[in-house]
Amino acid sequence: MNNQRRNVLKTGSGAALMGILAAAGIIKPGMALADWNKAAFDAKSMADTLKALGAASPADSKDVQVTGPDIAENGAVVPVGVSSTLPNVTMVAILIEKNPNALAASFVLPEGTEANVQTRVKMGQTSNVYALVKSDGKFFMATKEIKVTLGGCGG
Amino acid sequence: MGNPMKIRAANKDGVTEVKVLVSHEMETGQRKDSAGAIVPAWFITELIAKHNDKVVLASEFGPSVSKNPYLAFKFKGGAKGDKIVVSWKDNKGDTRTDEAAIG
Amino acid sequence: MMFQRLLVTLVGGAVLAASAGSALAQDSKVADELAKYRDALADGNPADLLEVKGEGLWSEKRGPKNASLEQCDLGLGPGKLEGAYAQLPKYFKDTNKVMDVESRLVHCMVTLQGFTQADVTKQWYSKPGKESDIEALVTFIGAKSNGMPINVPATHPEEAKMARMGEYIFYRRSGPQDFSCSICHGQEGKRIRLQDLGNLTTKEGAGFAMKTWPSYRVSQGAVWTMQRRLIDCMRQARWPEPNYLADSIVALETYLQKTATGTVMDTPGIER
Ligand code: HEC
Repeated sequence: MNNQRRNVLKTGSGAALMGILAAAGIIKPGMALADWNKAAFDAKSMADTLKALGAASPADSKDVQVTGPDIAENGAVVPVGVSSTLPNVTMVAILIEKNPNALAASFVLPEGTEANVQTRVKMGQTSNVYALVKSDGKFFMATKEIKVTLGGCGG
Repeated sequence: MGNPMKIRAANKDGVTEVKVLVSHEMETGQRKDSAGAIVPAWFITELIAKHNDKVVLASEFGPSVSKNPYLAFKFKGGAKGDKIVVSWKDNKGDTRTDEAAIG
Repeated sequence: MMFQRLLVTLVGGAVLAASAGSALAQDSKVADELAKYRDALADGNPADLLEVKGEGLWSEKRGPKNASLEQCDLGLGPGKLEGAYAQLPKYFKDTNKVMDVESRLVHCMVTLQGFTQADVTKQWYSKPGKESDIEALVTFIGAKSNGMPINVPATHPEEAKMARMGEYIFYRRSGPQDFSCSICHGQEGKRIRLQDLGNLTTKEGAGFAMKTWPSYRVSQGAVWTMQRRLIDCMRQARWPEPNYLADSIVALETYLQKTATGTVMDTPGIER
């Protein structure tokens, strides 16, 4: 990476930094921290999280998939993903019902980006994992249970 | 400031697959250190991936994304040698940007 | 790699299942799912980040002498990294000692960069929030042997001596439980809970075990070096824990690498 830019990033902070980043074209104004959906990430229950995401009552859909193992060896690193064959998917999110805050991550998919995102999340215990998808402006959902085996027994 | 990310991008049949591994502690704010004190929350809130100058993925993370976050996604287009630029920002205002060429 | 491990589980499971019924069939189904889980982590192995970090540390000028490690001789000549890990431990004339990758790396950090041994080894493994330079450097050096066969013939008399010492330690029963390495790792198909222990006395078993280290340990959320793996196994054997870089560990490594010789390296791996 360009060293000069790295130094700019290193020394900047707070609001000044956001300005620099925006000027450098690294972030678009509409993507500043202010946009981070605090209400959705702070919500505890599934219902409150969905409400904060503007997706109060998503329909179950067979065209949405939660990808992930049936069992995770370590709840701190659970590979999960969302994929969908629905048209015009503009947003996907991963929710974990039994976590202290259900929402783990959400993704805005610009046109051309496929509805197929994989990541890794922490799970405190065995739980249903939900994939939320926004297609043609409407919300759809699918679920899968992932078991977390007890970790921390050394070895 | 953090350590470098590992970004891999490969184009196959007109679709580019991007895999990003980010170095970050992703502290939940609920863990206690050995002295029993709460380790404050410290996690990436936003991550943006661009192909040349176009945003191809805009992510928002909560603290329950795993330590050293991993992301894999695909977009239509992209050619060998094109730039993929990934930037993140965390709740303390720290940021980092790395880039890789599509292989 | 997962396939092999699965095979051991299935074969072992099948033999035992005939007598013990469905509990073991259940076990092997769980082992199956866990193998899938580890496979899902293999792409984007968190250890890859350490490799990138280690690469940076290798060429960065550091320490009182403000020097990089690029002149470090890991056995193939100064700065030659490709394949170096796969042929360690090895006898080094300049120190008149058989050294493994970690003792040689520490030697370089002391002689080239001017660090004290105590400084360098203080953080020889990572703790939550505290990274270890050694872990990163060893992960980087290990990956430079990827795809190359382990080659520790132990023909130099000092190496042969170390290999014999390692073999002796491997079979010797001691400690409060009268354990030896071979009790856990000397037969096919042995398991603790769901972990296949592997038979480290055969080329296949030792090769399967040695080729993936340094490895990301899912249960620990961290990369472990071979020193850490073996020191922890000494703890499992209820033996007194040796110091980091102790001769007993280098001896065991020499014995295991000699047994594994010919196996192609595949690191950083993913382990339980
Ligand atoms: C009480 C049983 C026990 C004893 C004794 C023991 N180990 Fe282990 N060893 C284990 C377990 C459990 C693992 C982890 C297996 C896993 O997680 O897949 C392991 C893993 C290993 C591995 C890594 C294997 C792999 O596939 O990557 C090596 C190498 C090893 N031990 C060597 C030794 C040596 C050398 C000794 C003697 C100092 C020893 N062990 C003593 C239980 C033991």
